[in-house]
Formats: sequence, C-alpha cells, structure tokens
Amino acid sequence: MELNVVWFLLLAVLFGGYAVLDGFDLGVGMIHLGLKSDIERRTSINAIGPVWDANEVWLITAGGALFAAFPDVYATLFSGFYTPFMLFLLAIIGRAISIEFRSKVESAGWKKTWDVVFCLSSFLIVSILGISLGNIITGIPIYQDKEYAGTLYTLFRPYAIMTGITSLLLIRMHGKIFLAMKTEGELQQKIAKGINASLVLFVISYIIHGAWTIIMYPGVTKNFVIFPVWFILPAFIILSIIVIPGFINSRLYYRAFIASCAIIVFCIAIIAINIYPNLVISNPNPENSLTIFNSASSTKTLMIMFIVACIGIPIMLVYKILIYRIFRGKVKIDNMSY
Amino acid sequence: MQDAVLLSRIQFGITAGFHFLYPPMSIGLSILLIYMEWKFLKTGEKIYEQITKYFVKVFALIFGVGVATGVVMEFEFGTNWATYSRYVGDIFGSPLAIEAIFAFFLESAFLGILLFGWNKVSPRFHFFSTIMVSLGAILSAFWIIVANSWMNTPTGYKLVYNVVNGVKIERAVITDFWTMVFNPSTMERFEHVISACFLTGAFLVLSISAYWLWKKIDVEHAKKTMKMALFLAVFSSLTQLFSGHHSGIGVYKHQPAKLAAYEGHFKTAPGNLYTFGWVDEKNQKVYGVDLPGFLSYLVFFDPKEPLIGINDIPPVERPGKPPVKENPPIQVAFQSYHLMVTLGLLMIAISIIGLFYLIIGKLFKTKWLLALFIPSFILPHTANMAGWIATEVARQPWAVQNILLTREAVSNQVWFSLIMFTSIYLMLGVLFIYLMFKKIKQGPASVS
Repeated sequence: MELNVVWFLLLAVLFGGYAVLDGFDLGVGMIHLGLKSDIERRTSINAIGPVWDANEVWLITAGGALFAAFPDVYATLFSGFYTPFMLFLLAIIGRAISIEFRSKVESAGWKKTWDVVFCLSSFLIVSILGISLGNIITGIPIYQDKEYAGTLYTLFRPYAIMTGITSLLLIRMHGKIFLAMKTEGELQQKIAKGINASLVLFVISYIIHGAWTIIMYPGVTKNFVIFPVWFILPAFIILSIIVIPGFINSRLYYRAFIASCAIIVFCIAIIAINIYPNLVISNPNPENSLTIFNSASSTKTLMIMFIVACIGIPIMLVYKILIYRIFRGKVKIDNMSY
Repeated sequence: MQDAVLLSRIQFGITAGFHFLYPPMSIGLSILLIYMEWKFLKTGEKIYEQITKYFVKVFALIFGVGVATGVVMEFEFGTNWATYSRYVGDIFGSPLAIEAIFAFFLESAFLGILLFGWNKVSPRFHFFSTIMVSLGAILSAFWIIVANSWMNTPTGYKLVYNVVNGVKIERAVITDFWTMVFNPSTMERFEHVISACFLTGAFLVLSISAYWLWKKIDVEHAKKTMKMALFLAVFSSLTQLFSGHHSGIGVYKHQPAKLAAYEGHFKTAPGNLYTFGWVDEKNQKVYGVDLPGFLSYLVFFDPKEPLIGINDIPPVERPGKPPVKENPPIQVAFQSYHLMVTLGLLMIAISIIGLFYLIIGKLFKTKWLLALFIPSFILPHTANMAGWIATEVARQPWAVQNILLTREAVSNQVWFSLIMFTSIYLMLGVLFIYLMFKKIKQGPASVS
C-alpha cells in the first residue's frame, strides 16, 4: 500500500480517536450548566479531570501529522478557515482554563463564571469542528495555487450548519453516557434519564443529514457505490444506535458508552471513505482538489513519519490504556481534585 | 501585504512570548518536584509530602496555562504563515508531529497520575509518573528547538521545483532526517533553553521560599525548598553561561550577521564586547562601555582576530531570485542580547551570594538577601524573553536563514486575531498572577 494511503488512514485514525476521546470531554462540558449544584459540577469536571488533556493531544497530533504529511492541506485549511479557526482556538483556551481555574477561588460568582465558560467553549468547539466537517464533505472553493478561494460566509452554508447540529447532538449524547458511567446515585440517575431522548434527537438529525447528503450532494457517496462493501459501516451505526436504549434501561452504561464510541468512529470512517482520495475537495472546480497525492510531503518525509508513528503510537496506546485502567470506576472527590 | 507581515510577526511574537512564560516554569519546577518527591519517598517525612503536594498544585496551574497557550502555536504556522508551511512543511512539520507523538502524549497522560493518582497507584508508580511528566516536557522542548534551530541553521534539505496546474512551485524537501534534527545549532540551543528552564523553575521556587521566610509562613518548609532551589539556581546559571558561550561561537560560524547585530559590529575588525551601549545605526557607531577585543577573544581566543562586520557580509544569492543584502534590526538585537547577558550574570551573582550565605548558616535570617530573592523570579523570565527576541530578531529578514524571507512566508487576515489574542492573554496573565499569589499566601503546611 502506498505511503500516501497509509497516511490517509493514520490521519483518519487520529481525527477519529480525537472525536471519540475529547468527544466525551466536550459532551460533559455541553451538559455542564444543566447540573445545578456545586458538588454535581465538581463531580462532572473531575470525571474528565485526569484524562481530558491527553485526549486533547490527539487533536494536536492530528494537526502536527497533517502538517508533516500533507503541508499544503494544513496551510490551505488553517489559513482558509482563519476566522472560525481563531474562534476555535479561543474556545480551546477557554475550556482548558475553565477546568483548571474553576475551583481555585471559593466564590460562587467565580465558579459560575467558569462554569459558563466551560459550557460555552465546549459548545463552540463542537460547533466549529462540526461545521468544518460539513465543508470537508461537500468541498470548498479552491484556487489553482491551492489557496482557499471563498469567504467566511461560504463556510456557514446550511449543509455545514446541519453537520454542526448533528455533531452537537451526537457529542452531547456521548458525554451524557460517559458521565452516567462515571457517576453514581442521584446524579447518575438524573443524567441517565435524559440519554434516550438525546439519542432520539441525534437520530432524527442524522437521518435528515444523511438524506440531505444523498439528495443534494450525490457525488459524495460515489465511493460507496463503487465498493458496496462499505455499506457495512452504516449498518454498524444503525446497530449501535439500536442497542443503546436497551443498555441504558438495563443500566449497562459501559456497553452503551462503547456503542456510542462506535457510532462516532463509524461516522468518521464514512466521511473518510466519502472524501478519499481527496483531503480538501474543491467545489466548484474539482480539478483543484487537494488530494493525498498532490498535497503530500516527499516520500522520504512520509516514510520517516511512518516509522515515527509505528514506534510512537503503540507506546502511547500502552500507557494511555494503562492510565485509563487506573482511573476506571466512579468519580471520587478528594483533597487533590479540581 | 506588508501590513499582514508586520501584524503576523507581532501576533507570533505575542503568542509565542506569552506561551514561553509557562513551559520554562513547568520544566524547571518538574525537576524540583522530582527531588521533592524523592526525598518524601526516601524519608517518609510529612514535611516533604506537604511540599511535594503543594508544588504539584502550583505545577498544575502553570501547566494548564502552558497547554492552553501552546495549542495556538501548533496551528499558527498554518493560519498565519501558510506560505511558510507549504514551502518548508516537508521538513518543519516532522519535528512538530514528533513532538506531539512522543512528548505531548507522554506528559499529558502521566499528568493525570501526577495530579490525581495519589490514592490510586503505589508511591513508586506515582514517582515514576512525575519523572515521565518531566521527561515529556523536556522532550517537547527538544523537538521544538530542533524545528526552530533548523530555521536558523538549515541542513539536511534540498530545494525542488514542481509544476502543478501550470503553476511553478518551489519548496524545500528533506534529504537526511538526522542531519536535519542535529543541525549545527540544535544541541547548543537545546542546552541553552533547558538551562534557562531550570533557572526559571529554580528562581520561581526561590522567590516563593523567600516570601515565606520573610512573612514567617511555614518556615521549616521554606528552608528546605529554598535550599534545593538555590542549588539548582547556582548549577543552571553556570551551565547557562557555558552553553551561552558555545552558542555564541556557533552563531559566529553559521549566522555571522546575527553576532554582528548583537554587538553592533559594523566593520570587519577585531570585535569589542560591549557591557552596555546604544547603537547609532545611521552613523554605524556604538556608544557605550566596551572591553576591546574581548568578543574576538571569546570566539577565537585571540583578541586581534578580526570578526566580519555586518557591512561586509556578502549578499545572499538564491537561484532565480534577486540577491538579498539586508540587515536585521540592530538596535533591538543589541539591546535584547545585552539585557539577556546582564541578567544572566546577575543571576549567577545572586545565586552564588545566596549559596555563600547558606554555607555560613545565615541565609534564612538575612533580611536584605530575602528581600532580593522575593522579586527575583522576574529575572529569568525577562532574560528568556530578551534572549528569544535577540535570536529571532537578529535572524531577520530571514524566516529560514538564506532560504525564505519572512515577508515571503505570510498568509492573510490578521487584525481580528491579533486583538483577540492580545486581550485574552492579558486577561489570562492577570488571572494567572492572581491565582499564583493567592496560592503562595498559604504555605505547604496547609496540605493535609
């Protein structure tokens, strides 16, 4: 298999991993203001406390890998999506700071402020990423010299907004399931009660979004038509969706969480298959698209980075899994907590 | 277009500068944390437990702001320097990606244990985690210095020309990975930056300890932390001097215009070392107090050996482009460089005086010395900023030395983000200082 293809897969894994892992951190953030007492809010922040930072690193790694493997895409995307991206950075900063600063001062006003920042920044992050994803699916105008040819408003077209909404609903559900898994007693019941409703909202949105894609942008799904075996992915998504209510009602939250992770992973996979071999589709003028072949680094760099990834990623997985195991179980607040 | 260049430069300066207040504190403090926790493991004494847990919380605050401001850096090459990213991405992207895969994952994963794993793992495993966080942070410094050093002394690359969609594209591609990584200035700059980090951490703890001793807060704890910080300060201020010296020699060899800018050396002649001065760029003179021939002595061990003057550095030729004969901003380079060196010498002096008083047993009671130590955390931070300004300003007009000009490297729309970052970082800085001061008012004995 060519290195360019390998890197396409690796990038999909990195972005997919980010979506699943930081997804639950962001989901927890999104429901934060729905929790009312200080102890509930502390519990939810401490549920993600030990792991959110390392989860965010998946995005940094995806960005760095994009820079190393496909520098033209890195340049076009980040300079082209400049303003939304700056807002995204603002939200990333806000989320990190709110988690760290929230419990440092014993004032209700201080805590409330950071609670709002935590919630809003989580919303903003998911919205921007979701809208960007919508633009990746349909393509954006690109010049011959690979620079972005549109304006800020091009990025906010209705389909992209729909993708953003679908992402928000999925991530919100994902966060709820995670939190149900990590909490106990009254708080757990409160959160668990809302999960099935969140699932329904997501499913409705997902169906609308899917129909919109197929009807308005039929070219998007051509890879599925050529290789029908990929239809197994939406099948898995449907399966994962179906099992969740059963798990929730039987209080098997860990299994529900796995199913939720699966939905996210398969959604990312479908998008990856849809756009292959492009990374940034040019719409109009598809001949200007940035592909994994015309926007890549030299073979030498791809090979070097491939070796780095082969060494680094397995090592990382070992200690990350180890650390998740250490922090399994319910959240307990002690004197070293946030 | 010129507008975008200047604004992007200011923005990068602000975002990188503000970010670089935090990793040095993290790295320096992580070294002291290892020592504190080791003492706790060895002696089992509560005082060391309290000291360790206290400074872990301080560490968390610093690390958090470091992460928040660091994410921006990863993407700022793409947002504001898109042309740069396309041109050198084949080479420059790799150390950044490697930094994420090997260093960021390591430090952030084990940070969870460091902060929250006290009751979940054995003391030995927790100690191991502390070491891993420190290692991750140091590795992170290494890879980013690799990238930055490559900009200053690029090796292991070649220029290639492709025609894509009828447009002729020129870019740099890698020829040898290890040559790129260990380019001529990597190791010297890495030593220098790590020394600076140790120094910053040492002075942070020195300042805090001095404050506690002054206010008589948790005096027994303060004595211990002051001692360990002092030793690190003496050690790293001296290594800083040596690595600075090596860097200086390296700079003359590979970036002579930079050294000439540092000392206002216009004409080729034996070089004078200025203690301080003012550069008159128009008349090409420096007014100040200098040690004649001393610069030549430092570089060649011969005070009569001429150093090339900035006027005599040949124009840089690049295939298919006009030759470039432009000086960096000399006044800024001169002043920031001299500020850095002065502060470095001052830090050596203060730490050695402190060590002397420790040895004669009078350190903790000598009020004027404590008063000197309390604000001293500002010295390494100022020196760090001055040093970075010196080195990055003095390589102008080049983004990558002799390959890509800064003004050729930029993207587009900057006012909004510049204002955004400036205001957010101002607010963040104020909040950080407020929370640090609040934390410092209670000593480590408050840890249960």
